[in-house]
Amino acid sequence: MVVSASARLGSPSGAVRSSSSGLLQDPLWRQRLEPLLAGGREAGADLVEVFIERTDRIGLLAEQEAITSVSPAFGMGAGIRVFRAGFDGFVSTNDLSERGLAEALDQALGMLGLRRSSVAPSRFEGLPPLRDFALAKADWLDRCPALAESIGRLLQGTASLARHGQHLQARRGNYSRDWQEVLVAASDGTFSRDIRLHQSLGLSLLAADGDHRSSLARRYGSEGRPDELRDWDADASALDLCSSAATMLYADYVEAAQLPVVLANRFGGVIFHEACGHLLETTQLERGTTPFADKLGEAIAHDAVTAIDEGLTAGAFGSMSMDDEGMEPQRTVLIENGVLRRFISDRAGELRTGQPRTGSGRRQSHAFAAASRMRNTFIAAGPHSPADLIASVDRGLYCKSMGGGSVGPTGQFNFSVEEGYLIENGQLGKPVKGATLIGEAREVLPRISMCADDLELAAGFCGSVSGSIYVTVGQPHIKVDSITVGGR
Amino acid sequence: MATDERDQAAGAGPEAAGLDVEALRSRLEGLAASRGIRQWDLGASCSTNTSVQVDRGEAKQMKGSQRSAITVRVWNSDGLVGITSTSDLSDTGLERALAGARDASDYGNADETPAFSPLAKAPLAPLQHPERESLSILDLLSTLKDAERQLLDRHAAIATVPYNGLAQARGERIYLNSEGAIRHEKATSASLYLYARAEEAGRKPRSAGAIRLAHGAADLDISGCIDEAAELTISHLDYAPIGTGHYLCVFSPEAFLDLIGAFSGMFSARAVLDGVSLSSRESLGQPLSVPFLSIHDNILNPANVAASAFDGEGTPTQRLALVEHGTLRNFVHSEATARAFGVAPSGHAGGIGPKVGVGVSWLEIGPSGSPGAATGLDRFASSGHGSADGRGVVVIDSLSALHAGVKASQGSFSLPFDGWLIQGGNRRSIEAATVAGDIRTVLNSIVGFEGEAKVTPEGLCPAVWVDNLSITGEA
Repeated sequence: MVVSASARLGSPSGAVRSSSSGLLQDPLWRQRLEPLLAGGREAGADLVEVFIERTDRIGLLAEQEAITSVSPAFGMGAGIRVFRAGFDGFVSTNDLSERGLAEALDQALGMLGLRRSSVAPSRFEGLPPLRDFALAKADWLDRCPALAESIGRLLQGTASLARHGQHLQARRGNYSRDWQEVLVAASDGTFSRDIRLHQSLGLSLLAADGDHRSSLARRYGSEGRPDELRDWDADASALDLCSSAATMLYADYVEAAQLPVVLANRFGGVIFHEACGHLLETTQLERGTTPFADKLGEAIAHDAVTAIDEGLTAGAFGSMSMDDEGMEPQRTVLIENGVLRRFISDRAGELRTGQPRTGSGRRQSHAFAAASRMRNTFIAAGPHSPADLIASVDRGLYCKSMGGGSVGPTGQFNFSVEEGYLIENGQLGKPVKGATLIGEAREVLPRISMCADDLELAAGFCGSVSGSIYVTVGQPHIKVDSITVGGR
Repeated sequence: MATDERDQAAGAGPEAAGLDVEALRSRLEGLAASRGIRQWDLGASCSTNTSVQVDRGEAKQMKGSQRSAITVRVWNSDGLVGITSTSDLSDTGLERALAGARDASDYGNADETPAFSPLAKAPLAPLQHPERESLSILDLLSTLKDAERQLLDRHAAIATVPYNGLAQARGERIYLNSEGAIRHEKATSASLYLYARAEEAGRKPRSAGAIRLAHGAADLDISGCIDEAAELTISHLDYAPIGTGHYLCVFSPEAFLDLIGAFSGMFSARAVLDGVSLSSRESLGQPLSVPFLSIHDNILNPANVAASAFDGEGTPTQRLALVEHGTLRNFVHSEATARAFGVAPSGHAGGIGPKVGVGVSWLEIGPSGSPGAATGLDRFASSGHGSADGRGVVVIDSLSALHAGVKASQGSFSLPFDGWLIQGGNRRSIEAATVAGDIRTVLNSIVGFEGEAKVTPEGLCPAVWVDNLSITGEA
């Protein structure tokens, strides 16, 4: 790759881009962290965990033919968590000085009624050698496109929208690059470092013709792929979006009804994420808000359903080398042929519910304590073709593109349909918009009766107790026998 | 670092983190001069927070945080703008931020370059904004445990309060620019939320809750929050599905404010200029709603705990009429959008940046004083608060999933809600349902208001009656 140095943020004369040499590398931090961990243990804590992060981010916004926002940001911070007798206190700070960290530890200890004492015997043996997952990633930041190249790629996207779209009133492209270096040290001997690189690309448009309006968006995301932006097929993305917009511009609003639905692959997986995934996190077990608390080994879904949560798929938005508690991620089979097999667990979840950790302790930043969160979560492929599913429906709804969703404390979930089509006599019919699907987890899972053979993942963001994190959702085409379709 | 020295005892609440405005200004001036940067401004904030959550009488989580954030904006020799943000307030961090902003300015948008607000040094309105002492985190914990216990004791079916929290914060924010503007504001705040979950044998679990805000934890209306959370949760225990159809609906103040807030791009000059608003330049002076509706934006309302005297660009905030007698009167503005419209900035800039976000802050919604409001309600009161076909009236207490179910630039929405069906004098909780429509139709289908305007975190509003909304249920 040849890049003009003058066009590059973080060039030798520039100041925005962090050095990728590993500011958080041992031994500097070992020397600073070991006394903290020892002090916490001496104070009576069962476990002390320190999470340090350094970030380097940039966001770009293109509107029509212009770049209208370039937003670099960098920062550092620490989160200190102390456990005692199943309870915990957590303090975050931007002050990484020795004094700042000591004050944060003291505050966290104080929440549990503990105080550092120099006379108590140490119950901490020191940190082991660093498990460094970041070594092969040291050049990731430098390998990302420079600013001029990034801008050029993004403008290709909005230009492609203009080329392929009709009646376009607004065209936008946005790009974010989020580089994060993390170090996790805990008094149980955890001492790990990692570098993460998340890139996200989005195109959106508003089409208008008289009273008809259609606003649609697509987002793509990856982890650990510095060349993601270079490899992006802007024209194909724009063509896909414009094609949907042209269809939806004149679509009627869907009529409300109870209907069988076929949900497309990729982001269709939001149904499992909302209807079931969150309810299998140990945070929900702890709160008593999941209907599946006592269902391990029991059928909770149709036997056509096998569901998996993992952090291993190369390049996927929710993948990682280690979670935010320093544990390597696992491939966790949540549901196997309809039977509940595992929960998604973090350190606190294991402590409080007994469910073994799955490498799923995740957080948005140092300002949040880690919690059990999904990674790449999907329904496994089945034996059918997508056409089989549609052909099996006399009158229903085909949801080609989904928006976001949510789930409440009683298991009621919802998500919106961006692009829908009626199914009539086993055939796709006219496009419809404005649908929201709602349901209850225990009721909808047994109704997922058919899975196709076209599993694909899609990038998304998930907001919950530990902030907004990168995830993927996914599924093949699936059929839900009946669900409430909210409309007009 | 520009932060004050702190000596915080273990377990204590947040103390002032402290931004030394003059020191920060002096350092920036020196750094900018050494880099040949003549025009710059800065927005910064600093806060300390403590919060607790409980679970059936035990501490679930106790959290504390110290946060600082700064955004530096510079104009290069060509007049183009760049920014950089950081949490690092050290000299090194400031220097990197300035250099980064200057580098980013190479890619500034020549077609729309922000400038300093002409009002950045104008006098500010005095704030009714008392600073409260912080409580220790152990006091917060004790208070929340007690609140949880009282809520659990209200009804045998209330088994848990799975979502709860008591938090307090102390923070300050500043705006500085190279022409000598200095804005500095301090505030304290506290919040309490209690969301209970209730379940009866053979029935589905139900959930509801309440939230309270105040300037300090000692000021929170805790008993009111418990009462409201209990009453709402218990009211949802007896539920039934509702038939799909069109209903006369009553939005609670919270629900109506949420709905209007989701479509507030109607009032944003930024959204108008970007072509993504339901409004256009020509919409000003045109009817938007029924003639008896008024909407003002007023972050300065004394009831607003988050009141602020200046916006992200240092412009004084103000009470602004958005809709009067059903007519769209004003858009909210930043410096750049005001310049484009030939008006003064209104104090609604979200921060500083190459492109500044603009949005409403705290809405006051209610009747314009025309007799239309009462007339609308009277019409339905005479028929026993029911629709013509006897379906009953749907009360929409809270809306969900606004992030997913609102198409702001299309005007459409389809949202799950919690509420009740009032029929034949009885009120019964609705099992699961969505409400769908178009915001412009909603604004022109308001038939009246009910009750005194209620203060909520989002604004001030009475209950709002809207006719003929599409409800999808499972009956």
